[in-house]
Amino acid sequence: MTLWDYLELPYVQNALLVGVLVALCASLLGVTLVLRRFSFIGDGLSHVAFGAMTIAAVVGLTNDMLLVMPVTIVCAVLLLAAGSNAKIKGDASVAMISVGALAVGYLLMNRFPPNGKANISGDVCTTLFGGTSILTLKPLEVWMSIGLSVVVVAFFVLFYHKIFAVTFDENFAAATGAKTRLYNLLIAVVIAVVIVLAMKLVGSLLISALVVFPALSAMRVFKSFRGVSICAACISVLCAAAGILIAADRGTPVGSTIVVADIVVFGLFSLIGFVKSR
Amino acid sequence: MALLACNDLSLGYEGKPILEHIDFEVNTGDYLCIVGENGSGKSTLMKTILGLIHPLKGKVQTGDGLRQNEIGYLPQQTVVQRDFPASVYEIVLSGCQGRQGFRPFYSKADKNLAWENIRRMEIEKLAKRCYRELSGGQQQRVLLARALCATRKLLLLDEPVAGLDPKVTAEMYQLIADLNRKDGITVVMISHDLEAALRYATHILHIGARIFCGRVEDYLKSETGVRYLERGGMNP
Ligand SMILES: Nc1ncnc2c1ncn2[C@@H]1O[C@H](COP(=O)(O)OP(=O)(O)O)[C@@H](O)[C@H]1O
Ligand SMILES: [Mg+2]
Repeated sequence: MTLWDYLELPYVQNALLVGVLVALCASLLGVTLVLRRFSFIGDGLSHVAFGAMTIAAVVGLTNDMLLVMPVTIVCAVLLLAAGSNAKIKGDASVAMISVGALAVGYLLMNRFPPNGKANISGDVCTTLFGGTSILTLKPLEVWMSIGLSVVVVAFFVLFYHKIFAVTFDENFAAATGAKTRLYNLLIAVVIAVVIVLAMKLVGSLLISALVVFPALSAMRVFKSFRGVSICAACISVLCAAAGILIAADRGTPVGSTIVVADIVVFGLFSLIGFVKSR
Repeated sequence: MALLACNDLSLGYEGKPILEHIDFEVNTGDYLCIVGENGSGKSTLMKTILGLIHPLKGKVQTGDGLRQNEIGYLPQQTVVQRDFPASVYEIVLSGCQGRQGFRPFYSKADKNLAWENIRRMEIEKLAKRCYRELSGGQQQRVLLARALCATRKLLLLDEPVAGLDPKVTAEMYQLIADLNRKDGITVVMISHDLEAALRYATHILHIGARIFCGRVEDYLKSETGVRYLERGGMNP
């Protein structure tokens, strides 16, 4: 089959659309996350989701998303909303919440073994690698991704200068009258919702990769915030599209293929950055 | 009324006072130097004036039509991460953010103001360059241009020459003195360098076990001043 044949298959179209949109959102937010030292937040939050899932199983919730979503979003906001003046710095607080949630989850699972119906290890795998394979998306999930992406991109464009100001020097921004607390909270909520929903769609491993790789690749070559933001978005979209098409063609796992594409681009951009700086 | 006035101000972190009973005033056109030992609370005082820290007691009052978001600030050692991608122009323009409110984009006037301050600091050639690749003195000029975008009236500078070599230090002092004398911008500066403080400033605020606030001439005659000068190896 040629490339065009694949593009006519509805499931490939859906996967491309959702994959590209999620990649775009993740990379836009990734620049500020990487610079705030929150690169590993996707990974940390997936452990929180796991902890919340075991609690849901223990108390016998049938629809565990009712607990998992709010708990994960609250944790993300707690981590991010304090901004650069947090008592515990980003990397340490993510590590704490991530390891803590994992331990609590495992402890609960051990004390109150799930009886029969709950399949926790399956759920863990789901949070890591994505609940629904991106090649079997339902129309509702596709529409949800489209809606969410429109909101995130609009937010990023409208708040671009504010995101720069609070990421570069939060104290200066606050001292000269910017509402940094409000902006930090808004940024945190948007990031939290994106990460949690994307975690459901493509899994936390892929979301972590989508957050860090495009931003870091762009930072090898571009030296301005605007250049890095635009370049990261382009890299992310191209790698996601290439990854999905290659995966559809060769039958490789989609997430891993996208990540490998991102790694290749990172290598390429490191090389360009190295040559440019000489 | 004074541009800035503090009455019986107490400040510190988490309810623990570092400085108490501070009274001082800054009037339009003044050049006030804040001096004192390391760790005496100079930076904390500046952050309190800026509203970054709440005072434990008392209030910082602004007058002469000065609003809280019209104060320019040059922080002590901005620890910008080594890998932060930001061009000089982007940073200077971000000085206008405080006035933006919820407007998403900068206006033409904001951009003109940024360029005006870039020219004033003589860093046009660096405008497209990456901030982290500049020398210490160039970086301070960028941050000063940013501070000037935030104010036309009052500049708060926290050790603006720390870590700069003597030549660049002298240039920096001259720039600040020009802003004060030619452009009429009121300056409040924290400095370790007593000699420069005495040369450029009109007023001194000495904080420590004893607090002095007044004109430079009076400081040189005061007991606090004489003792501090002697410790610094200078003859009043
Ligand atoms: N974030 C903080 N939390 C608690 N104490 C602090 C903090 N920052 C500074 N201090 C303490 O406040 C005192 C004054 O600090 P600072 O204002 O930075 O001094 P200076 O600028 O005069 O050298 C010091 O003793 C310092 O230990
Ligand atoms: Mg200090």
